Amino acid sequence: MTVQDIVKRCEHLFEDLDFNVVSEWKAAQPGRKAIGYMPIYVPREIVHAAGMLPVGIFGGGDQLEVIQGDAYYQSYICRIPRSTIELGLTGRLDCLDGMLFPSICDVIRNLSGMWQILFKDKYVKYFDVPQDYADEVGGKFYIHEMQALRTDLGRLAGKEISDEDLKKSIAVYNENRKAVRELYAYRAQKPWQAPTSEVYLVLRAGCVLPPEEHTKLIRSYIAETNSVERPKRDNARVVLNGSFCEQPPLGLIKSIEMAGCYVVDDDFQLCQSWLLDDVSVEGNPLEELSKAFLHRSAQTASKYDDKKEDKGKHLLRQVKSRGAEGVVFAMASFCDPALLERPMLQDVLNKHKIPYTAFKFAENTGQMAPIREQAGTFADSIKLWSAA
Amino acid sequence: MKTFIGIDLGSTTTKAVVMDEARNVLGRGITNSRSNYDTAATVAKQEAIVAARFHLFREALSKSHALNGGLEAFIGQLERDFRLEQYLEQLADLEQVCENNVQAAKFGDSAKEVVVALQRLFSLLKEEAPTLFAPGAKRKSDFFRDIAGAGYLSAGERVAKEAGVRYDQLLNVFDRSIIEVENRVYSGTISKNLLAALERTYAAMPETLHRKEKISLPIQSVIDTELEETYVVGTGYGRARLPFSKEHIRSEILCHGLGAHVMYPHTATVLDIGGQDTKAIQVDKHGIVESFQMNDRCAAGCGRYLGYIADEMNMGLHELGPLAMKATKTVRINSTCTVFAGAELRDRLALGEKREDIMAGLHRAIVLRAMSILARSGGIRNEFTFTGGVAKNEAAVKALMDLVRENYGDVTLNIDPDSIYTGALGAATFAWRAVVEEGKEAEHKEKEAA
Amino acid sequence: MSTVTPIKDAKKKEVVKEDAMWIQKELINKNYHEIATAHETGRKVSATFVPGNLNELLMCFDFARRLPETDALQNGLRKKSGKMIMDAERDGHSEDVCTYVKTDLGMMLQGQMGPTGEPMPNPDLLLLSYTGCFTFMKWFELVRQKYNCETIMLHTPYQGDGKISPAMRDYVVKQIKEKVIPACERISGKKFDIDLLRQYMKESVKAEEDLVRVLQTAKHRPSPIDGYFGAVYYIGPMFTAFRGVPEATKFYRLLREEVEQRMREGKGPITPDGEMTEENYRLVVEGPPNWTSFRDFWKMFYEEGAVVVASTYAKVGGVYDFGFRHDPEHPIESLADYCLGCYTNLNFPQRIDMICKYIDEYQADGLLINSIKSCNSFSAGQLLILREVEKRTGKPAAFIETDLVDPRYFSGANVKNRLESYLQMIKQKRTAAAAAVA
Repeated sequence: MTVQDIVKRCEHLFEDLDFNVVSEWKAAQPGRKAIGYMPIYVPREIVHAAGMLPVGIFGGGDQLEVIQGDAYYQSYICRIPRSTIELGLTGRLDCLDGMLFPSICDVIRNLSGMWQILFKDKYVKYFDVPQDYADEVGGKFYIHEMQALRTDLGRLAGKEISDEDLKKSIAVYNENRKAVRELYAYRAQKPWQAPTSEVYLVLRAGCVLPPEEHTKLIRSYIAETNSVERPKRDNARVVLNGSFCEQPPLGLIKSIEMAGCYVVDDDFQLCQSWLLDDVSVEGNPLEELSKAFLHRSAQTASKYDDKKEDKGKHLLRQVKSRGAEGVVFAMASFCDPALLERPMLQDVLNKHKIPYTAFKFAENTGQMAPIREQAGTFADSIKLWSAA
Repeated sequence: MKTFIGIDLGSTTTKAVVMDEARNVLGRGITNSRSNYDTAATVAKQEAIVAARFHLFREALSKSHALNGGLEAFIGQLERDFRLEQYLEQLADLEQVCENNVQAAKFGDSAKEVVVALQRLFSLLKEEAPTLFAPGAKRKSDFFRDIAGAGYLSAGERVAKEAGVRYDQLLNVFDRSIIEVENRVYSGTISKNLLAALERTYAAMPETLHRKEKISLPIQSVIDTELEETYVVGTGYGRARLPFSKEHIRSEILCHGLGAHVMYPHTATVLDIGGQDTKAIQVDKHGIVESFQMNDRCAAGCGRYLGYIADEMNMGLHELGPLAMKATKTVRINSTCTVFAGAELRDRLALGEKREDIMAGLHRAIVLRAMSILARSGGIRNEFTFTGGVAKNEAAVKALMDLVRENYGDVTLNIDPDSIYTGALGAATFAWRAVVEEGKEAEHKEKEAA
Repeated sequence: MSTVTPIKDAKKKEVVKEDAMWIQKELINKNYHEIATAHETGRKVSATFVPGNLNELLMCFDFARRLPETDALQNGLRKKSGKMIMDAERDGHSEDVCTYVKTDLGMMLQGQMGPTGEPMPNPDLLLLSYTGCFTFMKWFELVRQKYNCETIMLHTPYQGDGKISPAMRDYVVKQIKEKVIPACERISGKKFDIDLLRQYMKESVKAEEDLVRVLQTAKHRPSPIDGYFGAVYYIGPMFTAFRGVPEATKFYRLLREEVEQRMREGKGPITPDGEMTEENYRLVVEGPPNWTSFRDFWKMFYEEGAVVVASTYAKVGGVYDFGFRHDPEHPIESLADYCLGCYTNLNFPQRIDMICKYIDEYQADGLLINSIKSCNSFSAGQLLILREVEKRTGKPAAFIETDLVDPRYFSGANVKNRLESYLQMIKQKRTAAAAAVA
């Protein structure tokens, strides 16, 4: 497959709001089940270990006409829950046997209960994660949450999930995370070879493909794109922050790039890069998953920072390690966690003299001109600033 | 005779409906809401009563067979002549007010010239008045402010030049004066104007002169009949500002539901898209409201949105629908936010989309919002009645029909060309019910006696 | 006809209040003064949130206790919040986010002048009780970022499955024992004494019992209280710095006597314009009130003879009416259960059950949702609550939108229009139903 073929396939998967690829995966073997999960993070290892397909549900994008979903939400609530309900009520999520709503914000939290009411025959779980990072306190609670999920899914699968199953799945996801890290590293090194509009689609494919297949896909994308030289442009290198839940439309990502920015790091598909390194396959698997979460996971607005000094560390690390020249804050309108976090991150960036710009979007934002304008001005000012 | 009156005080227009004891609609009136709701209510009511008189003229003349075959032409002429008389009366008033206001405007030395210019201007307006109300003449609006304003502006520039005064001085005087005149009620002169109009009509239609007596008699008798305002109910956004007691006020939701029921007795779901809000109402088989939803704080998807689009496209509001009907495809428009609509529109144009296709998308977008509000209120049930200003827009109606079919299957869609009067009709029906059904009047009198 | 009758012997001409209310006002003012002078008197200042507040525990360490939510709502009531919000927005905060947060940050920007006009010292401890609202977490992170205050997270897991599991309780208990108490000891310099905690909790239990009785008098017809606007005053001490304080216990005893007396006499609620004499509508309300136009908002109800018989907001700082009480025998465990059981920590099916139960037990005509822009914890999904409650009770529901303390977000004409439409609809349905029976 050429790089165009790979991107085309990913684009096809991205645009398929009926999740046919999930239905096909299920049909290939009778009894297979699929479990949806929302942003930001769930331990997909547990779902995988139950022999099920974890499916990332990241809203309906800009191609979905939302009618019923809008009936449930006021104008001042973000867009992702509306389009997700629309997907559900129009039968597009019928291929899922359950939904996981991780602890991320009040809106998604409440959506978990709405799902219980609207889809009574489905497995629905609000998946809480700890905001206390002591192994004996938050860790213990978290292991309990994971154990509850493990028991539930085992019951759904008709077969208990063994430690061995979990360890195998951890290994599969370690490999997947490694591939994701490779992809991010490659893009940071040669952003002209791996435009973010493509990298995004490759990552998004990980929402619907089995992890083993996704890992291969990432690696073949890197190999293929590396084999065909593309022109390098004099773009500003930026880290994109704030789009960890509701996703910007692809056109917006393209607009940022066209305006003269190379996105060298981001938080779009945080679930896939949440754990910063490998989870040990030795020892108790849930304990290992817990330790990774508590001590070696990314920072984001929905996660409490224990100390003031911790604020913005992850973002700074992204900027430094990727050689970025600035930060673009792209937050979904009415996204409480992101918008409340932003002033604190800006404060940290100010202290480190890192330039930034900020705008809001919705997953169905239609007007790109102002964003192009803003990103373009930002890129120009960075170049002027670095030249001076 | 007893009449029952409903007044719907909307944010842009005020409507009134007059009903008789048999629940026949005798007349309807409409006026712009102005800054003064009181006047608006009075004027709308008066317009409706005038219309009721004409209705009664027609009835009486048809009974008397005085105008066999020529009835409609005669009534039509009479109505135009009456409007002309009314217009001339207001014009004379406006002239007087304008002259008075020249003094207040501190034009100094040029004041005298301005007065002369005004006299010239008004004599021109008076001259052209009959053509405005000639058979087949088209007026953009029937509101005095609009008709007189248009004439004043178009002739003013020339007159100003000829008289050697500044055009803006004339505009200044007009702006100072129009509100005062607009807020005046000319209730005492209706009979006089009617009789004067009758003379004009005879002059215009000399062939009717030989039956003058046979024609005038029933008309005179209608004029002599007192139209008793037995019970008035007010509704609409400005209802709280009406000088009515609480019993005489109903929410527009209730009136709208009942009005739609009166127009189409099988109505189960009502959608009303007005300038400022969108309402979805579910009614039972008696027209009683079961549930309702209105647009939330965000005015996205209301009629006003189309107004912004029209401004943005430099088009008239009424041209949007016909343009959208020419579309060969529907461009997806995601933002029904009035603030963003312009930006999205320009983006689409920049991408090379055709205006008509974008328009089709915009109409679909506004109706999509309405669909959500309908879903909130409990969905669409058969029959479905669509009212409000946007119901006159053919592209919006088409988008609605498509979406209803896609989401609810076959449903009977009712649209009355006079749906703007739905709320007032409901209010008049409430007034009728209060007296005839509930005997409220009697109860009221008992209370007063006690 | 007017539905309220002014009371002649009211202590203050413009505003009519129950006697107990004056005690409360003194309590609140005294507390603000204590906070203002805490550092001079050698006391430390704590700040914490209403849902899941550990008031008795903080009392054990003699903290002067600030509640930023209450500060914000007081600033809203006193019409000071508008400028504070705009100041915070100028300082980089989004117009989209919670206006309590922005009022608090705006107040700090204006030099920390408290609602009573006394300057407020920086807190020495931010006790981040993370109960039923994610914004709380960001709020205290923001305060910490700016003012360097020590912050302790007390994470209360959500009742996603509609129940409190032992693991959830253990998690909260452990955090209190291993994190909160040691931090309080260190900051205050006072050793923790569990018997003191028990003693305060005994006061809490008495007051809780009386509060529940007061709120439940609304089951009577006519209701002697308004369970939303009036209840705001009743829950005040209990939900803030006074649960466990003996004066508060006295306040609740007095309040209960007053209200029960009114009930026996068949009197209606006391409104700012006097006693409500005509009860035309009985409503259940979901969602917090608006504070900037609180009196105007309330007036729209009592002018129509509409009384709120029960509200979920009156449970925001603790759900006591289904039997939960603090337990002096198991003080820490009961604090955990208290946090876990706050209204906004309940899942959707639980919230819907509760509202349906209120409609039934308080013989309400229907449900009114006041949807608050700031508060996603309450608001996200309320339209489903509306639909489900209508379906299950057969009673009509209605929806209005306001905000907590953002005056830009209160459109009186709009709210009145919808409320009137709703009440008239209830009336019309009632008349139709009566006609059908006859």
